[in-house]
Amino acid sequence: MDDDTIAAISTPLGEGGIGIVRLSGRDALPVVGKLFSTPRGKRLERSGSRTFIHGFIKDPLTGAAVDEVLVAVMRTPKTYTREDVVEIHCHGGILPLRKVLELALKNGARLAEPGEFTKRAFLNGRIDLSQAEAVMDLIRAKTEESGRVALEQLSGGLSEKIAALQDEIASVCAHVEAYIDFPEEEIEPDSFETMLTGIGGIREGLAALSASFEEGRFFREGLKVAIVGRPNVGKSSLLNALLKRDRAIVTETAGTTRDVIEEYLDIGGLPARIMDTAGIRETHEMAEKEGVLRSLRAIEDADVVIGMIDGTCPPGAEDRVVLQRLRKKRALITVNKSDLPQAEDDWQRVLAAYSENIVNISARTGTGLGLLKEKILHLSLAGGLKTGAKHPCSESTGAIVTNLRHKIAIDRAAGGLDKAAAALQTQMPLEIVAIEMREALDRLGEIVGAVTTEDILNRIFNEFCVGK
Amino acid sequence: MKYSRTTGEQNDEAKSPMRRDSGYDVIVIGAGHAGCEAALASARLGRATCLFTMNLDTIAQMSCNPAIGGLAKGHLVREIDALGGEMAKNTDRAGIQFRMLNKSKGPAVWSLRAQADRVLYRLSMRKVLESQKNLSIKQALVEKIVVEDGKVKGVSTSLGIFYGARAVIVTTGTFLRGLIHIGLDNFPSGRAGEFPSVGLSDSLRELGLGLDRLKTGTPPRLDAHTIDFSKTAAQFGDEPPLPFSYATSRITNPQLPCYITYTNSETHRIIRENLDRSPLYSGRIKSTGPRYCPSIEDKVVRFSGRERHQVFLEPEGLETSEYYANGISTSLPYDVQVALVRTIPGLEEAEIMRPAYAIEYDFAYPTQLRHSLETKLIEGLFLAGQINGTSGYEEAAAQGLMAGINAALKLKGSPPLVLGRHEAYAGVLIDDLVTKGTREPYRMFTSRAEYRLLLRHENADERLTEKGYAIGLLGETDYLRFREKQRRIECETARLRSRRIKPEAVKEALAALNTTPLREDAALEQLLKRPEISYDFIRRVSPPEEPLSEEICREIEIRVKYEGYITRQAEAAERLKKMDEKRIPEGIDYSAISGLSKEILLKLEEVRPANIGQAGRIPGVTPAALSLLLIAIEKMRRRAK
Repeated sequence: MDDDTIAAISTPLGEGGIGIVRLSGRDALPVVGKLFSTPRGKRLERSGSRTFIHGFIKDPLTGAAVDEVLVAVMRTPKTYTREDVVEIHCHGGILPLRKVLELALKNGARLAEPGEFTKRAFLNGRIDLSQAEAVMDLIRAKTEESGRVALEQLSGGLSEKIAALQDEIASVCAHVEAYIDFPEEEIEPDSFETMLTGIGGIREGLAALSASFEEGRFFREGLKVAIVGRPNVGKSSLLNALLKRDRAIVTETAGTTRDVIEEYLDIGGLPARIMDTAGIRETHEMAEKEGVLRSLRAIEDADVVIGMIDGTCPPGAEDRVVLQRLRKKRALITVNKSDLPQAEDDWQRVLAAYSENIVNISARTGTGLGLLKEKILHLSLAGGLKTGAKHPCSESTGAIVTNLRHKIAIDRAAGGLDKAAAALQTQMPLEIVAIEMREALDRLGEIVGAVTTEDILNRIFNEFCVGK
Repeated sequence: MKYSRTTGEQNDEAKSPMRRDSGYDVIVIGAGHAGCEAALASARLGRATCLFTMNLDTIAQMSCNPAIGGLAKGHLVREIDALGGEMAKNTDRAGIQFRMLNKSKGPAVWSLRAQADRVLYRLSMRKVLESQKNLSIKQALVEKIVVEDGKVKGVSTSLGIFYGARAVIVTTGTFLRGLIHIGLDNFPSGRAGEFPSVGLSDSLRELGLGLDRLKTGTPPRLDAHTIDFSKTAAQFGDEPPLPFSYATSRITNPQLPCYITYTNSETHRIIRENLDRSPLYSGRIKSTGPRYCPSIEDKVVRFSGRERHQVFLEPEGLETSEYYANGISTSLPYDVQVALVRTIPGLEEAEIMRPAYAIEYDFAYPTQLRHSLETKLIEGLFLAGQINGTSGYEEAAAQGLMAGINAALKLKGSPPLVLGRHEAYAGVLIDDLVTKGTREPYRMFTSRAEYRLLLRHENADERLTEKGYAIGLLGETDYLRFREKQRRIECETARLRSRRIKPEAVKEALAALNTTPLREDAALEQLLKRPEISYDFIRRVSPPEEPLSEEICREIEIRVKYEGYITRQAEAAERLKKMDEKRIPEGIDYSAISGLSKEILLKLEEVRPANIGQAGRIPGVTPAALSLLLIAIEKMRRRAK
């Protein structure tokens, strides 16, 4: 806390042409200075307050350019937080934006708590007393929101996986602590090799989790979501409703959409490529035929398929053909036109296999869209549909990390274990190794809840017969 | 002119009259390890102090094992010494075996443990108390704390006598409604053979303090004449014994060994067959006991796979044949105790001199206290020691010392002395108690400290001596000795940094160690940072300019070898300190802060933390709640302008 340097992406994800990473605090300038370079070699630290500088963000380790940016420098005290503030205006879309943030975090900044910029602004006297309640509301709301998102993103076995690794670290810690604190109890420390192997194993688990973030297709390419269905069920209307603008042409005429239309959308922090497809039906018209082929290919490509039906009509042969195609995919069924009288009974048997993954929506009024987004998120991060295929990223680790905060914590925990192993190798005594292990434990605690001293003592008393 | 016990001569500096017309400044109830430190600290800080005990002959009684120190506890003793307390010096006077524990591990977790002669310990502490200026000692049973308008006024005794005081420190140990269990029999008692204190417990409850029950136990004491020590393994102390106190130059008592033997399957069978006669397993004792001092029946039941458990036979003193059978604490009935003892090698013929027992007693929820150990409820009322839910002489003494200091400082109008978690185990102890409370007897472990590397046995003086001196508890002599020690450490570390050594100069010495030679000139410090190089090695190849004590050598070695880690912990501690400096206004209305969850609100109201750091250490209080709290405080501050 205090005036340490915080960073966050301060523009909404997945929307807008530019995105801004904002830093505030004592080291805001030096941190960005490590990442930023201009073609003429201008030093960021020397630039005056309220200047805008063009240049590149590069990874200081590899030298690789991440994005071409504009950097705004605002020096204390005339800034939003009254601290040094630096804004990095990125242009390359969501992935470079995340990368820039990550680089800032690796180079001395800390990820801001929800509402922390505003909190600092208030505590430093930038926001007046009349707005105190509003500030508190904001912090509360942001905390709740981030908590909810974090929870959602912890699904798919991730929290169990992290908790299991945390448990393994705690077990090593308990042994070391028992060994230190009960010298008269005949507690033998694990051998050097056993400890190293143990730490190495946990380290690998963490590395795999971290890699699931780095390599996650979701973040390289975005989550691919295809909207499919027979003609005229309202696929394009759904796309427009999700985007909140008229992207696709919508008419009464069946088969209006002939090609796949792609748009980016932020779903609970996850960048998604939404594909509106041509209605699937038997046709001899050349252009439409090609469109249907592309729709079928989109189904194959998609991570999540939204199979759309028209709730006002009973199931027809064309619907059945579409549903057939969804069998091996992770799919959601959206029943459109929920604002009109429904032909429910007829659908029940047909949709039995999807019970938990049916969402009633109205693309026209917008009802059910929030739930639909949640379901998409859940489906893409969870273990998969009962009838569906395996999750594309779940095969290697069984869980993927999608939240940057989680990823940073995992990386720091891994760093702690590396240092613990290094300390062991340089023959440091176990109380030094314990410091590093504790660090790893605390970092994972940020995700799945802290392991307290009391927990460690409980373990000692459960596992070792200590005390006279 | 008064009689002085210490010299036996007439002495101008004899004790001044202590009792004023208005009563005492400070009254301490209970003369155990907490009470003795509290009374001495208060009197030494110039307060007219009276120490009440139920029995003058059991002042500073070691109720349980005849030992002081051990991991984390030894650290506490050193801290007491560095601040100007008495426990370390008294242990040095009464010690009959000293052992540095953990010597095979890193020097940052070494800790001293001593066996003490129970009688010597008592008498020597009593002598110190009796010769202390400003301190009187009375045998009386205090039954009531007298309070007016939320402020303490004094105490009254079972004889109905009132003694006025501006501050009262309660250090009653296990005596509050003490109930001893031996098998299924139980009887009210404060300690074996002593009365409990019932009236005082009621008085505290009437004042509105929340009390609850805890349990602890002790093993049987055996007659050495009936022990065959040849069947046991002797464990000797260090030679020469290292003292606890920075002021002690040499241990003069004869030193005795302890003996180790083991239980076996026969012992365990007897225990198992008699579990129905254990008050613990029959459900007669419901209160929680210390998990780190399990009874032998607990160990046998919970770790049924273990074939044997250690039993340490510890001498009770130089002039007695009584031995303390550490490791077989039990509440089983006497006949079972005899049977189980006699299954143990060396104890086949052993006679029990005093039976083992379990004791239940009242303690007060420590979250009712401020960091100064003053109750939040009643001004001037301080609680210290086992009454706060701790166990152990050292934990008690540390609290007693702090309560004594803070009562005296309060009467002087000075702010309390609160030790940070990064400064002392005493700080960790008190912060844990007042922030998290406790549900079992709280014992100190080094793992409870976030900054274990900073809280070393060696450097207690570096951490605390300035503080002890500043408040006036530590004398000039002790302080100057400390400065001299620091000077020597600094000189030598500076020399290690600047003095460079040529590869040829250490070629042979390094080769003898089977380690890589130097390739170029190197500072001694660099050489010492190698894991295989000790300070001893450095001292041989390049002697220091002045002779250095073993302790100083060890301290230098730690500082150099673990410099990076020590710095890191110091930086982390600094961040924590910043949070502790953000004070929360005393009367803050937590319920007026919108958005705090019900659970967090209840916790904040119970603990009423003094600062943001403490608030954050309350289990369950989230960072978001702290943000809301910070903003609410800032709001109050601006409104007040």
